[in-house]
Amino acid sequence: MEYVRAFLIGGILCAIGQVFIDRTKLTPARILVGNVVTGVFLSAIGIYEPFAKYAGAGATVPLTGFGHLLAKGVKEGVAEKGLLGIFSGGLTASSAGIAASILFGMAIALLFQPKDK
Amino acid sequence: MAYKIGRDTLATPSCPSVLATAAVGSGKEGDGPLGKEFDLIEADSRFGEQTWEKAESRMQELACKIALGKANRKMSDMDFIFAGDLLNQCIASAYGARSSGVPFIGLYGACSTFAEAVALAAVFVDGGAGKNMLAVASSHFCSAERQYRFPLEYGGQRPPTAQWTATAAGAAIVSGERKAPFVQAVCFGRIQDLGISDQNNMGAAMAPAAASTIKTFLEDTGTKPEDYELILTGDLGKVGSDLLEQLLQKDGIDIMERHQDCGLLLYDREKQQVESGASGCGCAASVASCHLFPHMEKGEGPKSALVIATGALLSPTSIQQGETIPGVAHLVCFTAEERRLF
Repeated sequence: MEYVRAFLIGGILCAIGQVFIDRTKLTPARILVGNVVTGVFLSAIGIYEPFAKYAGAGATVPLTGFGHLLAKGVKEGVAEKGLLGIFSGGLTASSAGIAASILFGMAIALLFQPKDK
Repeated sequence: MAYKIGRDTLATPSCPSVLATAAVGSGKEGDGPLGKEFDLIEADSRFGEQTWEKAESRMQELACKIALGKANRKMSDMDFIFAGDLLNQCIASAYGARSSGVPFIGLYGACSTFAEAVALAAVFVDGGAGKNMLAVASSHFCSAERQYRFPLEYGGQRPPTAQWTATAAGAAIVSGERKAPFVQAVCFGRIQDLGISDQNNMGAAMAPAAASTIKTFLEDTGTKPEDYELILTGDLGKVGSDLLEQLLQKDGIDIMERHQDCGLLLYDREKQQVESGASGCGCAASVASCHLFPHMEKGEGPKSALVIATGALLSPTSIQQGETIPGVAHLVCFTAEERRLF
């Protein structure tokens, strides 16, 4: 049941992104940034945490989940280090994801060449 | 010697000839309705090169080589090369002509480049600046994506309404020989900007430019659309073509029956899923080179044709800064018979 929920919720989040690509003039980069900001906002007002518990990876893997992680990290950072945590908390919490994406991005760039569409 | 008639039109009374043309394309162009008419279809869109930019230069070289072969000419017989493409600093053309040893005139007119090149070449021939000119233009889907959107490595999604940049090059040898088709007149367009700022709606940005140039040419020459069997626009696509016809209709000019658009001819829009049609310098260049000119030469095509290639003169920087898109359209008037029109 957990898998089904994750699949459906994650799919819906991605489908929303597709609607933005098809129906608006927003560039993909702006849509992605919008997702992150939405995640931060929903996390800040306390909605994303219970949502992530319900949907699992369906809520944490899409980019809104990255925004949630940033917001959550800032909260934890502030609790731990005070005001300095505003700056360090977000990246501390998301460091594994960022480092992994840089590493895998580089590995893929070295291994493969893009093809014509 | 070319002389001005009316506001912007240049008549070329010696009727320079399009001696030979060649079109080179890749897989998608080969699968399209004109696939069989291309001189060369290379399934590998890298054309054996390491980068997309080199591939585009290679396409230009190949198109020139084939055109020269058809005309039974050598590169050293050429007096000038007029070449252009979509890349920064026109590198596809510069590198494509690097080994030619011929005086090089680099052009930027976005998708209008081929008409611009042929028009300039015709004026040069008419003015006695030489006997043989090479006009060439190209675009490559993959290098254009890097130039205008994102490199393919980024894996970004394209909006489904965006026009598809043709991976193609076209080359034409314009000469003083007596062989159809003949250039009767050219009309360089003035820049038109009606305030469109959406990069995915370039057809709408270019249509006013096409309308302006066509209207100016008809007024200058005192002719009507009925005097031409074909009015072929560059790459307005569906939206832009409809808009052009409407704009001209407002001025009482009806081109509907004889109007075709290269952007709508190159691909099968339904089967190949390119809803808005093709774009890029290579679109008008290849369609004119493989479809229109050879048919006119054989006497199978239209007896008279206006080719109006349109260009959206934007850059990624101007779009990011929120600027609107200036459009330009250049017109070349061809006839299958040598009889002087103007």
